[in-house]
Amino acid sequence: MHDSLLTHAKSRYLWISLALCVVSIILYVWHDPGIAPNGGSWLGYTLGTVAALLIVWLMLFGIRKRSYSTTIGTTLGWLSAHVYLGTALILIALLHCGFQFGWNLHTLTLVLMLLVIFSGFFGVYTYLRYPTLMTRNRESATRDAMLEEIEEIDQNALSLADGIAPEIHGVVLRSIENTRLGGGVWTQLRARDGSDIAISRVRAAIEKRETQIGGPPPAMQAGQTMLVMVDFLAGQADDKQSEALRKLIDMLSRKRSLASRVARDIQYQAIMEIWLYIHVPLSVTLLAALVGHIISVFFYW
Amino acid sequence: MAERFKIAIVGSGPGGLSAAARAAERNESHVLLEAEPHLSNTIFQYQKGKFVMDEPGILPLRSPIPFEAGLRETILGAWDDATTRLKVNVRHQHEVSAIKRRDDGIFEIKCKNGQSIEAEAVVLGIGLQGNLRKLGVAGEDLPFVQYQLDDPEAYEGETIVVVGAGDAAIENAVALAKQNNVVIVNRKDEFGRAKKGNEAAILKAIEDGTIECYYNSAPEKVEALSAGRKPGRMILNTANGRAQILLDRVIARLGATAPRGFVEGCGVVFPNKDPASVPAISAQYESNVKGLYIVGALGGYPLIKQAMNQGYEVVEYITGTAVEPADAPLLKAKFTNLKGIGSVDQALAQIQKNVPVLSHITPLQMREFMLDSDIRTPAEGEVIFERNDYTNSFYSIVEGEVRIAVEGRPAPVILRRGDFFGEMSLISGRRRSATVTAGANCIMVETPRRSMNKLINSVEAVKAEIDRVFIIRAIQSRFASEANAAQLAEMASHATLQRFKAGEYVFKEGDEGDSLHLVRIGSLTISRLIGGKDIVLTYVAAGNYVGEMALMGESSRSASARAAIATETIRLDGKAFKQLISRIPALKLRLQKEFKERTAANLAMQAMPGGGDIISFLMAQGAGEATDILLIDESLCVRCDNCEKACAETHGGTSRLDREAGPTFANVHVPTSCRHCEHPHCMKDCPPDALRRAPNGEVFITDNCIGCGNCERNCPYGVIHMASKPPKKPGLLQWLLLGRGPGPGEAPYDPKATKDPKAKKAVKCDMCKDQAGGAACVRACPTGAAIRISPEEFPTYAQSRR
Repeated sequence: MHDSLLTHAKSRYLWISLALCVVSIILYVWHDPGIAPNGGSWLGYTLGTVAALLIVWLMLFGIRKRSYSTTIGTTLGWLSAHVYLGTALILIALLHCGFQFGWNLHTLTLVLMLLVIFSGFFGVYTYLRYPTLMTRNRESATRDAMLEEIEEIDQNALSLADGIAPEIHGVVLRSIENTRLGGGVWTQLRARDGSDIAISRVRAAIEKRETQIGGPPPAMQAGQTMLVMVDFLAGQADDKQSEALRKLIDMLSRKRSLASRVARDIQYQAIMEIWLYIHVPLSVTLLAALVGHIISVFFYW
Repeated sequence: MAERFKIAIVGSGPGGLSAAARAAERNESHVLLEAEPHLSNTIFQYQKGKFVMDEPGILPLRSPIPFEAGLRETILGAWDDATTRLKVNVRHQHEVSAIKRRDDGIFEIKCKNGQSIEAEAVVLGIGLQGNLRKLGVAGEDLPFVQYQLDDPEAYEGETIVVVGAGDAAIENAVALAKQNNVVIVNRKDEFGRAKKGNEAAILKAIEDGTIECYYNSAPEKVEALSAGRKPGRMILNTANGRAQILLDRVIARLGATAPRGFVEGCGVVFPNKDPASVPAISAQYESNVKGLYIVGALGGYPLIKQAMNQGYEVVEYITGTAVEPADAPLLKAKFTNLKGIGSVDQALAQIQKNVPVLSHITPLQMREFMLDSDIRTPAEGEVIFERNDYTNSFYSIVEGEVRIAVEGRPAPVILRRGDFFGEMSLISGRRRSATVTAGANCIMVETPRRSMNKLINSVEAVKAEIDRVFIIRAIQSRFASEANAAQLAEMASHATLQRFKAGEYVFKEGDEGDSLHLVRIGSLTISRLIGGKDIVLTYVAAGNYVGEMALMGESSRSASARAAIATETIRLDGKAFKQLISRIPALKLRLQKEFKERTAANLAMQAMPGGGDIISFLMAQGAGEATDILLIDESLCVRCDNCEKACAETHGGTSRLDREAGPTFANVHVPTSCRHCEHPHCMKDCPPDALRRAPNGEVFITDNCIGCGNCERNCPYGVIHMASKPPKKPGLLQWLLLGRGPGPGEAPYDPKATKDPKAKKAVKCDMCKDQAGGAACVRACPTGAAIRISPEEFPTYAQSRR
């Protein structure tokens, strides 16, 4: 049955990581190097070696994930271990340095490592939270299906608007041109699309039209729902154009809801991916810093 | 006085053409009658540039006309050349309407164009496509009325009337509507006959106004117009009176008349009503009508090369020349490990003599049967198959014995010469129920599923015998540990086979319990009416019993049993069963224990709100016939598509699964991916028998696929598609460090490959049977969202998702 990365194999890697932490703490407390605990003692070197090996192994996940025919464990098992052992690394690295910090490469390495790990925590959070939100938002439709429907509504709205008035046609055309889904990172994350503007413009056009006809201008107040507007239009049943306008508003509302769902879908996906653009490059930087850290330690020995 | 020939050949497909060419080569008086203005209509209808394959590769070609794998155009061109060179007497547009054998042995052949021909012998090579149904009204043959559509892109800006409501009509109408004004004419008020996708597409097009539809309407006539902008018009009879449509073109897609009616009209007898059955023909391809021969697909030989060889041979037989069939060397090779058995014919006769179930079949069927089968001579103690294997071949024992280890029985069951085994998995499509090991001096014939099913469908006696043995063994496997042979025979004598359509009730809650059922094919769901709603409690796969509960204690059914898919059960009479348990206390105790376990499981399910809904949902997705289905938990799926990438990477660059497509219920998503059905739809009509089932249940496609696309069309779940082999990709490190080629999971690019039509073959999920670690999609999922489970696990699965 389904098994999340946190509970995989009865949380085997959680227990392994906890054991690793407990052993490290016991050794740290028991060990008495004579001076303040630091990376230069035998325990410091041991913990440092363990931490360095862990970092290299954690980075191998990127390769393991893409090695589709390998039989070394499952990707799920690797990710579960990656998360738990990565978390344990915080403690091991801190014990390794004996809580000594400074304005130097060594502490930079530590900071980079913490940034990588905390960006990973964010990743875990998004993996646990967003999939469900995404499913709920999609309502069983695929993104392509929603985009197709939007395109269709655009076509239908345009031909409908064509029969009403040139200014309405213009408004709808502009609204189609303004609907932008996806785009740059920031647009994706903000989940905004241009479809809102169209409705307000159509509403303005209706108001204008009603005034021209000579009927009483509707009391359009902010916060009034679309429903009221539709009711108002339906009241002028003898007017064919009102009927068409009512239809147009229905269409545009449907489109708005679709467009915002697509935008949200893109947003969720973007959030689930964006952290990797920090996590992975930082981890490569960390590896470089780690190499520098090790070389410099041996150089000054 | 009608013209008279020695041999009249009907149909110029591979079989008929080859026969006519051989007759021409031998200077025999002959005529080749073809309904169309071109030769070989079936192959002519293939799409342009299609690569035609020449399976089976091991079979030598024996025909005066050439044939080797190549483009449709090349093959048809070569056939046209050979026909001209050999001066074959072809009569085009001679559609035969009746063939009658006179008392003097001469055949009278009547054609639709009024011509009449006499012949001493007739070769029927009309294939299985049948004739396209025409409009049946005045003007049906006008030049702008067509019954096929090769390329919808070829028409632009026309008014086209499409007649028909089937898949072909809908697909044409929708494709044409892109750049034409399309009207569809439907005799009924709905499109219920079409596939769901097509129905949705046409209804949407009608609603959007891109296609105009006349429901409850039928064409009255089509006329050509000499004046005006449109070349023709159609008068329609509609529910509201007559209507006229001015048009450029009529495309009528009304299906084809199956050739069976015509063949039966010629006096040829079919063994049963099953549409898959083929007429019995002799080793010389002669039907039950003396002098009437049948070659090619109509006789059950769907491959081009087989048909061509038969065409050649049939002319030799008619002219009285003895010729060894082209398959003789192949058969001989099969018998090499049998010593002292003599000629091929003697060996075949010996096998038929030793195995009674095969004694009912004709020599030609026997040849075909043996050509597909293998002779096996296992050493004593060798395992033939293991319990829980998914293999589905059928074994007949020619010599010696085999031992069957039945669960719960200390001594193995011994089967001897003349017996057969393996029929359980063949029929149910499920795992082997017992392990079989070879005894001393064992010789067996192993027959693959397709050949055996073909035989069962064509020979009634074989079907009856296998069904009889199936019932006895099914009862044995359930009650044998307690009951003796006489008691079992008593039960078996009261057993009957019953069929249920999907959704039909086997029995309903509250009915009187008068029988119990063993599910033989298909599966059932057990449900109870709780609070006015049918709550599914569990799923019962083939090989299990239902209905014992009512016979054990209370007399009415405590739950309803309903067929999840088309299902067959063995119905055992309640009285006989009650007698049996009253006589055997041990059996009663065992059944009572099972009864308790089932009730407890049902209660647990009942207590769980919504648990059964997941099973209902899965059943609605066709999971009832699955053996292994991919499910994705959308609350865990991070949409990384690593599953698709893994699939593509481990299968030559083409993913066989579509993660996003497919329905979702309560976060359970059923992606478009193969379920490895018990009775795979894809296997139904595969000319080279390229679809096979591996021992672990994987349904896969072997390399001899001819790319015909039948499996793609037959799969109701849309999981098979045609793809060409993509170029080789660079290694991971080369991509990572040097940026070479497409990365992992990325679509391969090679403009040359797409132009090469050679490579298109069917691809589908093979459950990574060649991968050491199992299904790559599941192993590559980083979050544990993807799993593969079998339907037996559905109740547990539903309970795990509270």
